Amino acid sequence: MLKLVDVSKRFGALSVLQNLDLTVAAGNVLGVIGPNGAGKTTLFNIIAGAQVPSAGQVHLDDRDITHVKVWDRCRLGIGRTYQVPKPFTHMSVFENVMVAAVHGGRMGIRAAKEQAQHVIELTGLIHRLRTPAGHLSLLDLKRLELAKALAQKPRLLLLDEIAGGLTESECDTLLEIVKTARDQGATIVWIEHVLHALRRIATRLAVLHGGTIISSGAPDEVLADSRVKEVYLGV
Amino acid sequence: MTHFLTTSYSVFVGRLLLACGIVFLATGPFLLDASGMQVMTEFMLMLVLALMWNLLAGYADIVTIGQHAFVGVGAYAFFGFLVFGEWNPYLSVLMAGAVAMLLAVPVMVIIFRLRTAYLAVGSWVVAETLMLCAGKLSAFGGGSGISMPVSAVKQFGARIGERYAHIYWLALVLLAVVFISTWLLMRSAVGLGLTAMRDNEDGAGAVGVNLTRSRVLCFLWTAPFLGLAGALITLQKLRVAPPASFSITEWTVYIIFIVLIGGVGSFEGPVIGGIVFFLLREYLAEVGVWHFIVLGPISIVIILIEPRGLWGLLRRFVPGDLIPVSYTPSALKGTKTEKARSLAASTSDVLSQS
Ligand SMILES: Nc1ncnc2c1ncn2[C@@H]1O[C@H](COP(=O)(O)OP(=O)(O)OP(=O)(O)O)[C@@H](O)[C@H]1O
Ligand SMILES: [Mg+2]
Repeated sequence: MLKLVDVSKRFGALSVLQNLDLTVAAGNVLGVIGPNGAGKTTLFNIIAGAQVPSAGQVHLDDRDITHVKVWDRCRLGIGRTYQVPKPFTHMSVFENVMVAAVHGGRMGIRAAKEQAQHVIELTGLIHRLRTPAGHLSLLDLKRLELAKALAQKPRLLLLDEIAGGLTESECDTLLEIVKTARDQGATIVWIEHVLHALRRIATRLAVLHGGTIISSGAPDEVLADSRVKEVYLGV
Repeated sequence: MTHFLTTSYSVFVGRLLLACGIVFLATGPFLLDASGMQVMTEFMLMLVLALMWNLLAGYADIVTIGQHAFVGVGAYAFFGFLVFGEWNPYLSVLMAGAVAMLLAVPVMVIIFRLRTAYLAVGSWVVAETLMLCAGKLSAFGGGSGISMPVSAVKQFGARIGERYAHIYWLALVLLAVVFISTWLLMRSAVGLGLTAMRDNEDGAGAVGVNLTRSRVLCFLWTAPFLGLAGALITLQKLRVAPPASFSITEWTVYIIFIVLIGGVGSFEGPVIGGIVFFLLREYLAEVGVWHFIVLGPISIVIILIEPRGLWGLLRRFVPGDLIPVSYTPSALKGTKTEKARSLAASTSDVLSQS
């Protein structure tokens, strides 16, 4: 469903991604791990269209979307959470999610209202429905990010470190939400440092290090890989 | 006191004041003398310009300082169609809007290549260039401008009082159309996206708001209204002249003051700013140009205290918008307790903020 071909990304002299190839088949849940600064978020920026790669292509369903704008990619079905939340501070939680449903999800106002209400309940923000997003705690802002991504009913859902700082039961709830999205047919790519959460849902795992994927495959195999142990687990 | 303000009572009072203002505007010619009518006409036209600048700068992040370009072009177009083309006076007014809209297309192509400060400077350069071009039109009196012939003026009323009332009504209709249509725009899906852009442009693009299309739409939306205002301003001044019709001070700088003082990125802001501006101007008129020098520091102080202006300050206490553009959950599907909890949460937020 998603295919990155020979993608590189440089910021001036800093080369963040080098000749990266990645394929995600429909229905998969791909976990992406890697040390801080490995380029994971940059990878998402390139998939979602927030940044253009310095070289290489991005394909969605065999269509080259390398130069498609970020808002058009939403409409193609890519939904994404940001590691650093991007709330609409003076709008209520409800309106924040409405924006995503109406624009990214291409829903009419009435359908969007229902969808917004639904995902806000799902993500546990219902008691914050009318609160301006600028007043939310960081944890609630991350919930809002997830709600905005889900509201678009994405076919490809990109999650960037959403499990950090959650209690065990909150983490369980989160996994339930992601599983529901998966069961409804979404393909998922999930960047996460909280490994135990990933292991419970990921069908595949990819390790990003030094700008390339140094290992990918079934989670257990990847975690057993000696290079992965070295760079990531520090063993 | 805080308690009084944070209740929905204050929203009610605010709306009542707004309604009184509307009634006053709608009965103006029956209450006011000629000079009062002139001031109120000017107020309404400035408010039109302020609402448009607010839409561009406050929502679509098009911080233009070349707004006077469209006012001036509207003025000249109106004059041309009315005096030289001898068109029907109302049609001439409408043509001012049409010409301004046509002009918006090439201007957009030029300035949309630029962002932020460069866009501002670019828009100013475009406006100054157009002013220079207007000065070259010998039929329009070149650099010193030209007065409207008496015959053309008389089409809007033979006697002066009658004419002032006529122009007043035209300005009121324009303001009403601008206000209502822009309100409807902001209530629509497009407006929802624009409000999101106001708060976080990247974030808006990231959830599917087409930033380019929203900007283009806003620009094309404002241009005709600016041109129409230019036509009515010409009717008030009875002449066109490059420095007056393309006045950066009156049609751009004052307008920016109005919006910044009142509050950028809201509907209420330009209205409040407009009232404050006119009160200041009327009461500081004796001190001449000093009112200009007083305005600068006032707006800077207000912005430093609250970036969203006077309305932003008030909004810390008033729990809702006076002119509602926001979406609220249609019916809380949850239980009563959930409803109560969400209400309690929003109330405590308002309290903790004040
Ligand atoms: N816009 C940018 N300009 C310059 N450098 C950047 C930019 N964005 C990211 N970088 C750099 O690229 C590198 C990778 O950043 P990225 O955010 O992709 O890492 P990450 O794997 O997501 O890290 P983390 O685990 O901390 O989230 C970092 O060294 C970062 O400083
Ligand atoms: Mg990251």
